[in-house]
Amino acid sequence: MSELIYLDNAATTPVSDEVFDAMLPWLRDHYGNPSSHYSIGYDSKQAIDTARAQVAAALHCLPAEVYFTGCGTESDNWAIKGAALRMADKGKKHLITSAFEHHAVLHTMKALEKLGFEVTCLPVSRAGLVDPADVEAAIRPDTALVSIMAANNEIGTIQPIAEIGAICRKKGVWLHTDAVQAAGNIPLDVQAMQVDMLSLSAHKFNGPKGCGALYIRRGVLPVNFMEGGGQENRRRAGTENIAGIVGLGRALEIAVRDMDKRAAHEKQLRDYVVERVLRNIPGTHLNGDAEKRLPGNANISFPGLEGETILLDLDMHGICASTGSACNSDSLDPSHVLLSIGLAHEEAHGTMRFSFGPQNTMEEAERLCDVLEEVIPRRRAMSPVWNTLKK
Amino acid sequence: MGMYSAKVMDHFANPRNVGELPDANGVGEVGNAKCGDIMRMYLKIEGNTIVDVKFMTFGCGAAIATSSMATELIKGKTIDEALQLTNKAVIEALDGLPPVKVHCSVLAEQAVKAALADYYTRQGIDPEPIVGKLAEDCHGCEEGGSCGI
Repeated sequence: MSELIYLDNAATTPVSDEVFDAMLPWLRDHYGNPSSHYSIGYDSKQAIDTARAQVAAALHCLPAEVYFTGCGTESDNWAIKGAALRMADKGKKHLITSAFEHHAVLHTMKALEKLGFEVTCLPVSRAGLVDPADVEAAIRPDTALVSIMAANNEIGTIQPIAEIGAICRKKGVWLHTDAVQAAGNIPLDVQAMQVDMLSLSAHKFNGPKGCGALYIRRGVLPVNFMEGGGQENRRRAGTENIAGIVGLGRALEIAVRDMDKRAAHEKQLRDYVVERVLRNIPGTHLNGDAEKRLPGNANISFPGLEGETILLDLDMHGICASTGSACNSDSLDPSHVLLSIGLAHEEAHGTMRFSFGPQNTMEEAERLCDVLEEVIPRRRAMSPVWNTLKK
Repeated sequence: MGMYSAKVMDHFANPRNVGELPDANGVGEVGNAKCGDIMRMYLKIEGNTIVDVKFMTFGCGAAIATSSMATELIKGKTIDEALQLTNKAVIEALDGLPPVKVHCSVLAEQAVKAALADYYTRQGIDPEPIVGKLAEDCHGCEEGGSCGI
């Protein structure tokens, strides 16, 4: 097998050297508990404060509005359950979200439905965009929260959060956005977007796994999710993952510093792959708006094939990617994201996501196309579905 | 990818007996594209023997590997032997399958049975007493709720 070609940066990213170097001392030498009142404890507390300031600078908010969590999923759970429970006291038990949110949001909504909340699930256009007018029309006097993702994890489409934010602010409804895919990849300004809460996760922008953050605008008070000690200004209990937090802060700082350069690079690789695949492999198409999408995301359907087949063929050539096929999960249903934008089941089964990162090269993009041009026709030749489709 | 045995990966990478059989006298197709699995099995039967077999499959790695293995297990065998092919035998011959992929081996068994049933039908013989009733193995296509969840 040739050297590994990692094209699944939307799933997770490698920790960069700069981030690793920043984290290492906090795993070994500086082990003090930030809640302890002696010097090595203060050192740890100071490291967390630095990271909080780094995140605040990236999001254009106050450091005191940044709370560290265990992961993006925890941030989503806290924001949504916390807001729902807070507003339920005021008789507001209606939640609004979209059909193609990450499961961290959708399954949280589902759990709240079982507790008696009502959820409005907005449709998504064929281009993979939520319509702000749909949000406005769905808001009711008893709406507790709107939660719409900043960018989709599978098809990479960037949502009109600033427009949705203006509507929610005008109507006096809290807006949460799951920015796990967006953070570090596109500019995020919580004031310009007028969001009340925003989730992010370190491992999506070359930081470590096991550390997330939730921005909570001053004055917004979701009920606590983790109860215990007084960490994170008494709002998120549990001894802090200092190395993880340091890594998150540093990684986000670097991602924002290098954003323009990285985006241009990833876009170049993405556009090359999309253009070449659509030109050379019959029947293929790009999913999601071609312009309003994350710079590194290419999501392509290969009709007549099942995605796991492509995944395995690529893996045998040392290439890592991801598929929307059912075989990628424990159920037999294909991706809810692809179904939400109107793909037929059989199309969704044959859909692949290639997500590029700063470490990828044009040689890798070329290699991906070479391999696809070899394996797709070979697999299609044994597919009864392709046999029918090509006629 | 670590989820499959070496045997499964071998049959996935180099599937045996792929293609169509123009002079087949028994053809069976099971599964559907919506579920992500379709297997079509072609048999050429002379006397009581399966002298040739080919398959076409749309599906995951396990679907391709189980189709391939099933053709190997019945090629050159008698009809009676082919009728006794079980999905368990296919799984064993592949050195195991992950639990979520067991349905692929069921499809492979059913594809063989569907092709044999077609063979009997073409002979003017009711296949059901011989082949048995073909069960639908489609358990993944339920529509989701309001959010597809």
